[in-house]
Amino acid sequence: MAEAKFIANDKLTAWLDELSATMRVLAPARQGDAVVFVPYVAGQNVELGQEATAPPKSTVFPASEDLLRYDYRKNPENLGQVDVELFPTITPEPTLVFGSRPCGARGFLIFDRVYDGAKYKDPYYLARREATLFATIACLKAENACFCHSVGSAPGDAAGSDLLLTPMDDGYVVEAVSKKGEALLGSSLFTAGKKKAGQAKKLREQALKDMGEPQDFGPAKDKLLALFDDMGFWEDVSAKCISCGACTYLCPTCYCFNITDENAGLTGRRVRSWDNCMSFQFTLEASGHNPRPTKAHRLKNRVGHKFSYYPALHEGIIACCGCGRCIKSCPVSVDIREIVTKAMAHQPPAVEEAAK
Amino acid sequence: MTENPKQSPLTANPYLPEIGTIIETIQETHNIKTFRIVLGSEERMQNFHYEPGQVGQLSVFGIGESTFVINSPPTRKEYLQFSVMRAGEVTTKLHSLSKGDRIGVRAPLGNHFPYESMKGKDVVFIGGGIGMAPLRTLLLFMLDNREDYGKISVLYGARSPQDMAFSYELPEWLERKDMETVLTIDREAEGWEHKVGLIPNVLLEMAPKPKKAVAVTCGPPIMIKFTLQALKKLGFKDDQIVTTLEKRMKCGVGICGRCNIGTKYVCVDGPVFTYEQLRELPNEL
Repeated sequence: MAEAKFIANDKLTAWLDELSATMRVLAPARQGDAVVFVPYVAGQNVELGQEATAPPKSTVFPASEDLLRYDYRKNPENLGQVDVELFPTITPEPTLVFGSRPCGARGFLIFDRVYDGAKYKDPYYLARREATLFATIACLKAENACFCHSVGSAPGDAAGSDLLLTPMDDGYVVEAVSKKGEALLGSSLFTAGKKKAGQAKKLREQALKDMGEPQDFGPAKDKLLALFDDMGFWEDVSAKCISCGACTYLCPTCYCFNITDENAGLTGRRVRSWDNCMSFQFTLEASGHNPRPTKAHRLKNRVGHKFSYYPALHEGIIACCGCGRCIKSCPVSVDIREIVTKAMAHQPPAVEEAAK
Repeated sequence: MTENPKQSPLTANPYLPEIGTIIETIQETHNIKTFRIVLGSEERMQNFHYEPGQVGQLSVFGIGESTFVINSPPTRKEYLQFSVMRAGEVTTKLHSLSKGDRIGVRAPLGNHFPYESMKGKDVVFIGGGIGMAPLRTLLLFMLDNREDYGKISVLYGARSPQDMAFSYELPEWLERKDMETVLTIDREAEGWEHKVGLIPNVLLEMAPKPKKAVAVTCGPPIMIKFTLQALKKLGFKDDQIVTTLEKRMKCGVGICGRCNIGTKYVCVDGPVFTYEQLRELPNEL
């Protein structure tokens, strides 16, 4: 990879202006109390000091997107016959996500294993993924809800990113992680960053140390399965959940979706939208049967999927990037770390002598 | 655009249905309707490969998609047959379609009945209601390869004679010398000449021998529950019992995330499972 570069704080806007002249740039901006990724317009203020409230998930996996458009047409040869024509719509736009944190960019590594599967590939996702670059800012200070180091990542993790920026007092050390990222380092706004790269590395390492000992969630894989039928446990840990689904919508690794049709006369769209395993409708069958009838069943699946089923299918990799958004934004303070920790420590109740 | 008919369109874009045409419909019962569908061209039909037990998603554009088993066997490829019980929005709309209407088809999806490992064995089919549809696929496939299998028995039950699908085929099944067919309904009905009684009880009367046999069953959960008990009583082991599951499936290709039972996705790892496999899965049917 190319040598590290440095960009001074007062040149950052000019660099973003340059980048946004050649592609769509999404950068975090403050909107009220929230920080969200918005299309960058030249000269705009970016909010890089606070982790975005919502991750950059929608850049590659939009909250709703067309899978296809359909047209019903009367056959001119036979007016009783209505033909239907389908138009799949895959229209990725070259995009740079600027200023996401390592957890946000890394979330897509969890998606990739599912959407780029051995048998089926999702062409909509893959086209956007291919067209999207990530210039990620290393975290130098973890927040209360952060636990990326417990799920195989770190505050300076570059996996899934194309550029890694490490904040310094007077600017950012910018390092290429991929070939595509390297191509973004041609600007004359940069100065040499090789000397500062060592210092940047130390800052990242210190940030990891500051997070304290990581928790080992490895044993959760089997322990959660062992607890599957212990509904008392699941009812207890889900008691305060209100099934609002905020955890799933804000999660960089939640990838479930629904497919619905939107009709407009003789034409319409087949739309894919984010879906939410915390909702009753998610698994409700046409017969009325629902394999996950209560919020306890649904939370069990959410935790089980991330810490047990996915790791079992994908070399032990936990389907959680430790960003803590589900904890920070939960209106009733459900904490997935607590649930997994509790599950790992759970002992089945001792069998009463009298019951024997 | 030329299309390689040998390449399944599913591999290129698994969400993109093919447009099929309904060539015939059969009103099986008051709430079950069968659709015979052909895809684009004769060549496409010939090159459409599937296995007994695989499913497909039928689309009515503007309403949505639902999953149904392809209940015509791959040994008879003039059309693809789907039997649809009216239950929700998509199935209600499907019931309004008729000959000549266009329909979206995404198929084949999922795994299939283990017909290879069933070769040389006796096969007992136990179907309840619409649950007979997936069994029909395997049954016809086996009848088309009759010499590969031992004794074939069919127990088909429905609430009443009017609830019996495939009634046009039943006389042939009853007459065939190379299979045993038993029909049953829940309560006495005028003119009914076959069994009366619940499937598990009739099964116990039939008493198929478990030695070198496989039981294939599909039906409502309550029927399955008691059929399983009856099969156990008759000596069938969990690995000798095969069933096919239903779930709310959406994408059909293991991505959308709603039909999992623990690590298994019914749309790709199923819908066909043995009871031995199901027993190893978390209890979330």
